[in-house]
Amino acid sequence: MAKTYINGIGCVSAQATTAGFPSEFTIDENANFLELVKPDYKEYFSPIASRRMAKGVKNGIVASTLAMRESGVENLDAIITGTGMGCIEDSDKFLKAIIDNNEQFLTPTSFIQSTHNTVASTIAINLGCKAYNFTYVNGAVSFESALVDAKLQFDADEVSNVLVGGIDEMTEYTKSLFKLAGFIKPDDSGPHDVLGSKTKATIFSEGATFFMLSDTKSESTYAELLDIETINKVGVDAVAHKAIEFLQANNLTQHDIDAVVLGFDGDVEFDEYYKELAREFAFTPQIFYKHVSGEYNTASAFGLYVGANVLKNQEVPQQLKINAVEKPSYHKILLYNQYRGIDHSFTLISI
Amino acid sequence: MNRGIAITGMGIISAIGNNVDENFRALTNSDKGISRTDNIDTIHKDEIMFGEIKKSNDDLASELGLAADHNFTRTALLGAFAARQAVANAGISNMSEYKTGLINSTSVGGMDTTEKHYYEYFENPDTIKFISAHDGGDTSQKIAEIIGLEGFVTTISTACSSAANAIMLGARMIKAGKLDRVIVGGTDGLAKFTINGFKTLMILTDTYNTPFDNDRKGLNLGEAAAFLVLESDKIVEKEGKKVLARITGYANANDAFHQTASSENGEGAFLAMQKAFKVANLDPTQIDYINMHGTATPNNDLSEGRAVARVYEGKDVPDFSSTKAFTGHTLAAAAAIEAVYSVLAIQNGVVYPNLNFTTKMAEFDLVPQTELKHKNIDHVLSNSFGFGGNCSTVIFSKN
Repeated sequence: MAKTYINGIGCVSAQATTAGFPSEFTIDENANFLELVKPDYKEYFSPIASRRMAKGVKNGIVASTLAMRESGVENLDAIITGTGMGCIEDSDKFLKAIIDNNEQFLTPTSFIQSTHNTVASTIAINLGCKAYNFTYVNGAVSFESALVDAKLQFDADEVSNVLVGGIDEMTEYTKSLFKLAGFIKPDDSGPHDVLGSKTKATIFSEGATFFMLSDTKSESTYAELLDIETINKVGVDAVAHKAIEFLQANNLTQHDIDAVVLGFDGDVEFDEYYKELAREFAFTPQIFYKHVSGEYNTASAFGLYVGANVLKNQEVPQQLKINAVEKPSYHKILLYNQYRGIDHSFTLISI
Repeated sequence: MNRGIAITGMGIISAIGNNVDENFRALTNSDKGISRTDNIDTIHKDEIMFGEIKKSNDDLASELGLAADHNFTRTALLGAFAARQAVANAGISNMSEYKTGLINSTSVGGMDTTEKHYYEYFENPDTIKFISAHDGGDTSQKIAEIIGLEGFVTTISTACSSAANAIMLGARMIKAGKLDRVIVGGTDGLAKFTINGFKTLMILTDTYNTPFDNDRKGLNLGEAAAFLVLESDKIVEKEGKKVLARITGYANANDAFHQTASSENGEGAFLAMQKAFKVANLDPTQIDYINMHGTATPNNDLSEGRAVARVYEGKDVPDFSSTKAFTGHTLAAAAAIEAVYSVLAIQNGVVYPNLNFTTKMAEFDLVPQTELKHKNIDHVLSNSFGFGGNCSTVIFSKN
């Protein structure tokens, strides 16, 4: 059974993450949407190619390029992506054209680019990679589903290098729908305290985070990916027990965990899940990140990026600390995420 | 040959029937389900035909026993309908007795309601509940709810190969011991979004689709849902379960050629079939029937035909047909309904006719089976290809 190492990461987010793991994060407590720090796309593709691609595709290519570059891997045995909402920029565009023009005068470009697996297939076309190519679209476990799939292939000794990523993009129209539905906090309702929120809905964003997973440890290794579990539905009273069971399945107890990364997103309606875990791991260093990344279906990939960097740097950034507990060294980290009470995931990484 | 993963239940709804028996009867009676649309308000309704399921959303909701204020989209309704059948067919009464998962697949998800209410959301508060029903994951949550499943739930979206990939992942998870039991399949409802999308690509026929015919003009869009129940041998033995067939081979490869078109030589399809034979530990000559992707678009049938000809170079090509002339192209659900058809072909020893075929394609010497044929079938190969160069093959074998 091969091991699974994270040997490269690329991240495009609301932080300046393309330049490496930030030493300082920008925090805007008044925003209900954290704007993307746009990479310098010119470095990655021509202006002509850039115009044709939606934001999510561009970000996915930048993030995957960075992850591959850092790991030095050029040949992939699989490309697996996750996206909760898919390529909504192009699907919004095509849908609007259908409705506004009563199904007439349509061109296929945005329809072609609206398919959920556009990012994974664009990467494959760019690299000429004929390997396994999957895309998962299951809300907040879209990215974790991709991880589960990759891990399955490493465990079966079928692969050496797998590119895994989570991508979500936002459009102005979907943003307005999400405000209407009560998923994004109302405009001008800040300041928002992601940990001590008393209001419903979350601060949103978008991004792309890719990981180069390999069966061999290298100089660029961040961490080993030990296990992932996803559960579509679980009660608040059972979530801590599920976490302990997950650790037990890996022959660990909560005392073996040096830090927990929790997906607190400031939604008072569903925060109880995170609080429950925070109580269970009261004596463990606790980390949060959605106040710097924002919430989106694949924001948990940003969480894994944070966790992997904590293991690599052996330090928790001050701005990401939930509690004051510290450890002399960090060996094992547990990540937990859920969105609106469903799509729970536990991810375990180690050095 | 490897032992494979046991299939113990099936459920289906398509344009040719509301259950497994109805579908089989239509397939063996050459009864196609292509018609004008009754349910979709599109300006193209007089120009093109569809593989439409005639049950309305209200019919489906009431059969599922949903409350009046439900927010199931058509895709979710169809999926829940078929998944519930599959679970009943497998004789599952206690969903949490074993570690059970759901691997669904969809390409449009809740697009049918999104396109209906897109601007209305801001004017009609009753429609707001559908905003959260747009994404593919919501479809799967709804199906999980209907069948009472809590645990591993995921959704694959690789366009028209989606359900093949769901079946593949399910088989791999059982094989690895990650799950004891998994419900795998796909669902897609007709939507103006896909109708117009395929129309702009100019790959819709204005009549009945004619797979592998030299004069084929394109596809009929369809809608459907189908699910298989896969169970570990441990459960099969313990409960003395009847095994309908087994999944012995599977593979996915990428054409890495073009976002929507297949390469001329069908490289991705060729690789997927080759890899699947390797996984199944079968020689290509052991395949008794190929259920082709065969969408009846000029591009697909040429590319797939070339790939099959390449796999069988110097050998006899097995009996093959596309069932798309019956059902239309049901996108993410295509590989799921065709998995049900493949299992039925093995169980009943039949090769389905490739309807509407008259003229052999000029590019190669491949003639589909045009009449219903009875013979022993041990192994069926089923192909499914999607946008993004996504190529998948699944091999089904007699237990």
